[in-house]
Amino acid sequence: MRVGLFVTCLADVMRPSVAFAAVKLLEDAGCTVVVPAKQTCCGQPALNSGDSTDARAIAKNVIAAFEGFEAVVGPSGSCMGTLRHDYPAMFADDPAWRARAEDLSRRSHELLSFLVDVLKVDRIDARYDGKVTYHDSCAGLREMGVKAQPRRLLASVKGLELVEMHGTEECCGFGGTFCVKYPEISTKMVDDKIAHIEASGADTVLGGDLGCLLNIAGRIRRQGKPVRVMHTAELLAGLGAQPSIGEAEKT
Amino acid sequence: MHAPVATFPKRVAVAIHDKRLQAALEHASGGFVKKRAALVASLPEYEALRERARTVKEHVLANLDRYLERYEAEVERHGGHVHWASTAEEAREIVLAICRDAKARTITKGKSMVSEEIGLNDALEAAGYEVIETDLGEYIIQLAKEPPSHIIVPAVHKTREQVGDLFDEHHRPLGYTRHLTEVGEMVNEARQVLRGHFFRADVGITGGNFLIAETGSSIIVTNEGNGDLTQTLARVHIVTSGIERVVPTLDDALTFLRLLARSATGQETETYTTVSTGPRRADDLDGPQEYHVVLVDNGRSKMLGGPFREMLRCIRCGACLNHCPVYTAIGGHAYGWVYPGPMGSVLTPLINGIDTAYDLPNACTLNGRCQTVCPVKIPLPGLLRELRRQQFEGGMTPAPIRWALQAWAALAKRAGLYHLAMRIGIPMLGAFGRRRGALSWLPLAGGWTDTRDLPAPQGRTFQQAWSARNGARS
Repeated sequence: MRVGLFVTCLADVMRPSVAFAAVKLLEDAGCTVVVPAKQTCCGQPALNSGDSTDARAIAKNVIAAFEGFEAVVGPSGSCMGTLRHDYPAMFADDPAWRARAEDLSRRSHELLSFLVDVLKVDRIDARYDGKVTYHDSCAGLREMGVKAQPRRLLASVKGLELVEMHGTEECCGFGGTFCVKYPEISTKMVDDKIAHIEASGADTVLGGDLGCLLNIAGRIRRQGKPVRVMHTAELLAGLGAQPSIGEAEKT
Repeated sequence: MHAPVATFPKRVAVAIHDKRLQAALEHASGGFVKKRAALVASLPEYEALRERARTVKEHVLANLDRYLERYEAEVERHGGHVHWASTAEEAREIVLAICRDAKARTITKGKSMVSEEIGLNDALEAAGYEVIETDLGEYIIQLAKEPPSHIIVPAVHKTREQVGDLFDEHHRPLGYTRHLTEVGEMVNEARQVLRGHFFRADVGITGGNFLIAETGSSIIVTNEGNGDLTQTLARVHIVTSGIERVVPTLDDALTFLRLLARSATGQETETYTTVSTGPRRADDLDGPQEYHVVLVDNGRSKMLGGPFREMLRCIRCGACLNHCPVYTAIGGHAYGWVYPGPMGSVLTPLINGIDTAYDLPNACTLNGRCQTVCPVKIPLPGLLRELRRQQFEGGMTPAPIRWALQAWAALAKRAGLYHLAMRIGIPMLGAFGRRRGALSWLPLAGGWTDTRDLPAPQGRTFQQAWSARNGARS
């Protein structure tokens, strides 16, 4: 299957290994992966700040860049939720673009749910020696139905022990621009999340959205705590040994 | 109602550092969430009920004039009176006039959020009436002279110790001298004090959870029975209710009652569900001599025809508050008005003006949990986002945010330029932080770096690395 990779702006600039992991997982599952160069961001910063004009302009670019692929896949529930649910609604008064947005919507998938639900991948050949907990990022969970799929794939990883933390479905406090507009609330939320992570006894926390992971890792690093933070795709693609998010390179 | 103190960020700062408040919030919200989840899981038809409730409400909203007229006719057929108030001020005037005509001195009140919304207590007290809230939570905050911090449990922010101190202060003059520490003792003492008020009251004011068009009845649900005593023992019963609370039939009300109890307090049903229809009839043993309904619009009919219509489905259960990570972090008072949490962040700007409550729609992560627990499926995050759109287009978004956004968008709309800028900027940022793995400070990024490190970029952007890799391949 010819798949267009929606890289996501955060993976592109902050953590390319997440996108490389997505490429590997898709290629291992038999896909041909194409990365359109004309993509930047899904437009959420504009959309969620009320700037609908810019959000629509960005959405049009994404729609055009990803026409013709059987599937459009990205390593983020949040961005892919925007493509799937928000784009059609943004063009409610523009029938031509609405049809194109709906076409993209039908082809848009979050990475791990695409692997499990569409490609029927049920195990991954990877190894990670550690005790891992998984944070259910809000948009992936509630907009894209991502819950069982990452856990199912993680269960097949050798050496990995998966433990559930309390409140795994609670928001980490990232929320896009929310975290810089309301840092006190955001910090309180991420502190609660980190307390749950620590209480689970896990040495590694995984998630499916880089926004959340940068927030959690940023706070963990500030507190000097030893918990590793990684995107689920990285671990599944065998990149679990590289420096985790916010971790210094090993010397 | 009390004017909000200071600004939203200041109220937030106070709330987050208030240890007693934090303890109270953690205790309360956790309990409601757990109880609701267990009940929903054990009710196979829960989703069907939700859908039915949504459909009934949408049908009512599409025919609101018709159902309200039918309701009015039925109330009057049973000897009651319906008063229409288009603003909060009109609603207060109507209630004041009824109390004046009744030559009332003492007024008891069952819990009513509409009464909070229209600032009724302050108006009644200013006119010289003795006003006593009879719902325990409302009673406590009335003693404390505070607004409610939750629409179902108004004193959820108060700890047991604080309530004990309030009772010491206010009940001692009545002869209750023992300092109480147990919840059961406090409930009993409040009950004894309130009992006297019930018998003395001239007017009893309640809310209306549902108004029934086919019978002209109002329904209230309580766990304390205080609403029944309020509306049965006084000479005059006044119901204050929003115009959107009408449902077609008693049967429809049952659908909502099943959802309301489960969503609000995690009960299968509330302890008391009371239907009142008009004043006392000739052969009734008790009941009020006069029955009035004040139907409050206060911005609702304006919502009916626009993008916020779905908010009028709200049945005021409070589930969105209990499941909101922002509400549970800052409590209700930080929101600055009577409706807190996600439903309040939509309603407050709509009722008071979107320019008066800039922060409320924005102080939300759009995590969507409120929408998944809403018993009438209100798309709260979408409505908050629509408010943000109206704020942005109305020029209410602060200039620095607007500029930053537009600068970013100018790049994000042009892929070639965007990737060039990232190719240059990102490796530099990475070089700064890579040795430590993260940056502890960045110019203009205090919102992030005051409490968090910024993980360093890995190096080249993915797009750059990808084109290098694919160039090498071909």
